[in-house]
Amino acid sequence: MLGYLTKRLVSLLASLFVASVVIFSVVEVVPGDPAAFMLGMNARPDTIAALRAELGLDGSVVERYLAWVGGMMRGDFGISYTYRTPVADMIADRLWVSLPLALFALTLTVVIAIPAGLFAASRRGRAGDYSIVGATQIGIAVPNFWFAMILILIFAIQLRWFSAGGFPGWQDGFWTGLKALVLPAVALALPQAAILTRVMRSSLIEVLGEDFMRTARAKGLSSGAAIWRHGLRNALIPVLTIIGLQFAFLLAGGIIIEQVFALPGLGRLVFQAISQRDLIVVESVVMLLVFAVIMTNFLVDLAYVAVDPRLRRRA
Amino acid sequence: MTGLRRLNWPLAIGAALVAIFASAAVISLVWTPHDVTGMNISARLKIPGDGYLLGTDHFGRDMLSMLMAGAQTSISVAILAVGIGMVLGVPLGLAAAANRGGLDEMIMRANDLAFAFPALVIAILITAVFGPSAVNAIIAIGIFNIPVFARLTRGAALSLWTREFILAARVSGKGRTRISVEHILPNIANLLVVQGTIQFSLGILAEAGLSYVGLGAQPPVPSWGRMLADSQTLVGLAPHLALVPGLAIILTVLGLNLLGDGLRDALDPKLRVGRT
Amino acid sequence: MKRFLLAASVAAFAISGPVWAADHLTIGIQLEPPHLDPTGAAAGAIDDVTYGNIFEGLTRFTEDGSIVPSLAESWQISNDGLTYTFKLRDGVQFHDGTDMNAEDVKFSLDRARGDDSTNAQKGLFAGIADVVVVDPLTVEVRLSETDGNFLFNMAWGDAAIVAPESIGTIKTNPIGTGAFKFSNWVQGDRVELVRNDAYWGQAAALESATFKFISDPIAAFSAMMAGDLDAFSQFPAPENLVQFEADDRYKVLIGSTEGETILSTNNKAAPFDNVNVRKALALAINRQEIIDGAQFGYGTPIGTHFAPHHPAFVELTGNSPHDPDAARALLAEAGLADGVTVSLKLPPPSYARRGGEIIAAQLRAVGINTEISNLEWAQWLEEVFRNKDYNLTIVAHTEPMDIGIYANPDYYFQYDNAVFQALMGELRRTTDEEIRSQLLQQAQRIISEDYVNGFLFQLPRLTVAKREVEGLWANAPTQAVDLTGVRWAK
Repeated sequence: MLGYLTKRLVSLLASLFVASVVIFSVVEVVPGDPAAFMLGMNARPDTIAALRAELGLDGSVVERYLAWVGGMMRGDFGISYTYRTPVADMIADRLWVSLPLALFALTLTVVIAIPAGLFAASRRGRAGDYSIVGATQIGIAVPNFWFAMILILIFAIQLRWFSAGGFPGWQDGFWTGLKALVLPAVALALPQAAILTRVMRSSLIEVLGEDFMRTARAKGLSSGAAIWRHGLRNALIPVLTIIGLQFAFLLAGGIIIEQVFALPGLGRLVFQAISQRDLIVVESVVMLLVFAVIMTNFLVDLAYVAVDPRLRRRA
Repeated sequence: MTGLRRLNWPLAIGAALVAIFASAAVISLVWTPHDVTGMNISARLKIPGDGYLLGTDHFGRDMLSMLMAGAQTSISVAILAVGIGMVLGVPLGLAAAANRGGLDEMIMRANDLAFAFPALVIAILITAVFGPSAVNAIIAIGIFNIPVFARLTRGAALSLWTREFILAARVSGKGRTRISVEHILPNIANLLVVQGTIQFSLGILAEAGLSYVGLGAQPPVPSWGRMLADSQTLVGLAPHLALVPGLAIILTVLGLNLLGDGLRDALDPKLRVGRT
Repeated sequence: MKRFLLAASVAAFAISGPVWAADHLTIGIQLEPPHLDPTGAAAGAIDDVTYGNIFEGLTRFTEDGSIVPSLAESWQISNDGLTYTFKLRDGVQFHDGTDMNAEDVKFSLDRARGDDSTNAQKGLFAGIADVVVVDPLTVEVRLSETDGNFLFNMAWGDAAIVAPESIGTIKTNPIGTGAFKFSNWVQGDRVELVRNDAYWGQAAALESATFKFISDPIAAFSAMMAGDLDAFSQFPAPENLVQFEADDRYKVLIGSTEGETILSTNNKAAPFDNVNVRKALALAINRQEIIDGAQFGYGTPIGTHFAPHHPAFVELTGNSPHDPDAARALLAEAGLADGVTVSLKLPPPSYARRGGEIIAAQLRAVGINTEISNLEWAQWLEEVFRNKDYNLTIVAHTEPMDIGIYANPDYYFQYDNAVFQALMGELRRTTDEEIRSQLLQQAQRIISEDYVNGFLFQLPRLTVAKREVEGLWANAPTQAVDLTGVRWAK
């Protein structure tokens, strides 16, 4: 167990190092000068040079890489070129939108997918199963930004139940904030729920076919009780992996949805920062997102070991 | 069992949908109802019907013609992206399975890492470096197909390496590379085709997303994602601008997914999900 | 008891909800400013929030574009035109309570023209030789040569008067002299201002104002429709204005801007280094179709680089009527009968992206094929503006009175005409309005007849507001959303 942990930790650190080099190099070769962007069309060359110096853009590549990584280890993500505020503060602000949105969407996903998957698996081969499988096929096929547009058209413009975009912040109360996230969360959750339903269904079907389930049934447990007592726990392992992946995806993958709903989240921050060449923000946010995924995978692996005794012994 | 029950419904529906859009794409090469890029500002935002089967957009271009030509863009981008994923991912997966140990470990770690990157952000960065174009959209989508195929190939190949016929080949003195190509690859081809169909459908979605944020094919080359982006502010005035390309994407992706499921059923009875 | 309950519930209601009294305004703008220092970046959104509201200069623009005194109460110009003596207004305080005096003016101007200045419009201050404090309320500005534009230059947001004490935090906590004080900034969402009760001039009618940043046109549309916003300045989607015009809760203000939208042409790169090919380009363009298609009809055609609402404007669209046959003939004459392929690089605004697609179709009709690439601003600035690696691009030049850019042969359209350059030199040295006007008209004719660029249309300023909102500027003589005169109709 300890050996396994060490091995996983080493590969975790190596991954983070490689990721930081990749991110830094890609961002380094992006053409376009942040100083020139900020000063616009009437700027003089000496003004641009003065601003570059002020932003600390004139050091060597290695110096800047080391300064960036060194800073991140101390929790200092640098100062945004355009906003001139600490990147860490900006990320923290935006996380207050992106994190609740991801959690909200994930909750919707789980609340829809687990019962739907259970239902389909227990009605296997019957009409109920087919209609759920059919629905998931459509759910996977719908582009979420298109779905978002349709939601806006219906619920914001026609019915005016929700506002079409923007985020008022949490200071006006929890429900005001949550209300602004309803349409985005639904748009994000639909395809994810479809995916998770399918995973849940096939995982349950597989488990139900296994020997210990047959034994349970033979002992006289009804099908429903068998599913509840034995099937669910075992079927949840692959479901857990997918949920972990989906959370990471939702955190970063909301870019287009945040764009459509004008939400000041992490995704929109990156998108904006790329177009403004606020490179320090791009680097730090992407690194953070990669870090989040790598950590999630790490934790899911540990959870695996905890949930499945067979894996524990092997580890 | 009646004949109806035995008919592979997902395969049939999927194949039909894919055939419709594929033929629309092919036909658009030689014929479209109107000039794809021809504008007629005075006939803009026409609702479907009356000379324009699916209406016109904000420049008075024929939606049906754009849809057909857009199918061509979507399909070629997605196919090429899957191609990149297969051509680079399959050899990596075969090599990892054939040479357990250091190389395998490295390839698989790199794989995990690639999965950790937010795909859309990387795609945006790639287009920021090389400029937006269909080619760069293909590269951006293709890169993320590599680890998918590498992982799948490795997993399937690993289970084959323990089988007797491979052992027999090794005894006869064949090298690992030769065995991978001559014996492993043909045996996992079915699996790759099924995964290829799924990646194809994801590619269509990804292309639409990239074009929607302006990073895919550039105008005047029509693209479904850009048609949707253009329709954004007009959706209240002319909903068909959003509905037509949106439904095209959904039906194509749906078709490909059904085709993938159907193929899996047809090619590998063991993997059957719906019925046993 | 009953009465008490009622009173309590009213009080609770007043505290709980964001119930704005009639003296608050929430106004949408499309872009969020990167920071709030108008003297340290080009972003127009900074001026939207700060111009006239938070910061003031020696002079200022009024809505009709004229220049009036602001922090300078009056001024005297020496006979040689080289020395401007400004008399400052007495009793003006910055928002932090410190006095605004001649030292602050000297500090602001010296900072803007200094070696390490990061002022985006440093050129405005290039003619200043020296700034001398005569007494706390008198400041003397000496120029190296006469400059007919000097008072005009001092009205720009980039020439705002700032204080040395607060300069360190100006980007996030701007301290100016204006009728509104900065109060709060929720990044990614809004900036809040409150009335400056110690203001030296006519106090603002609004007690507080919120600038909300909504970049997405559809979100802007529904935020207006839902009543979340009281107004939206420079509404991004002209196609939606019809719906506001049809709704009697709203009014649409259509005003002028200084934005000449042009098909900028690289005059040094083939094929457009040939004036006849440029003429063919101009004749191939159908302005009305572009205005209809890209702007849904909002825009005034122009035939030169000059704002139509300016008194010195000359109507020159007659130099380039839509005539595809003549365009084809000119191209054939230039040896391009078989067609030619050129690059068309488009920045993000919708006038450029949509206009570009229409122009591409129009040019295709006369045998000019375009390769369109859509660029972000940062890329555009590097590829097109700095490296001049382009044939055609579309951009609105929004600086007021900027015909002088045609005198700079290194400017990105690389137009090099000694006659025009001499004319601009003469204009700079001239202070007599009558003669200046004649020179400007001559300049407009030269660039129109040289077909330097494809001159398309003047960008309109489109503002949507609730019917009861009064006093919003319809026109944009400079980038500004001046709220000092805004009030709710009773």
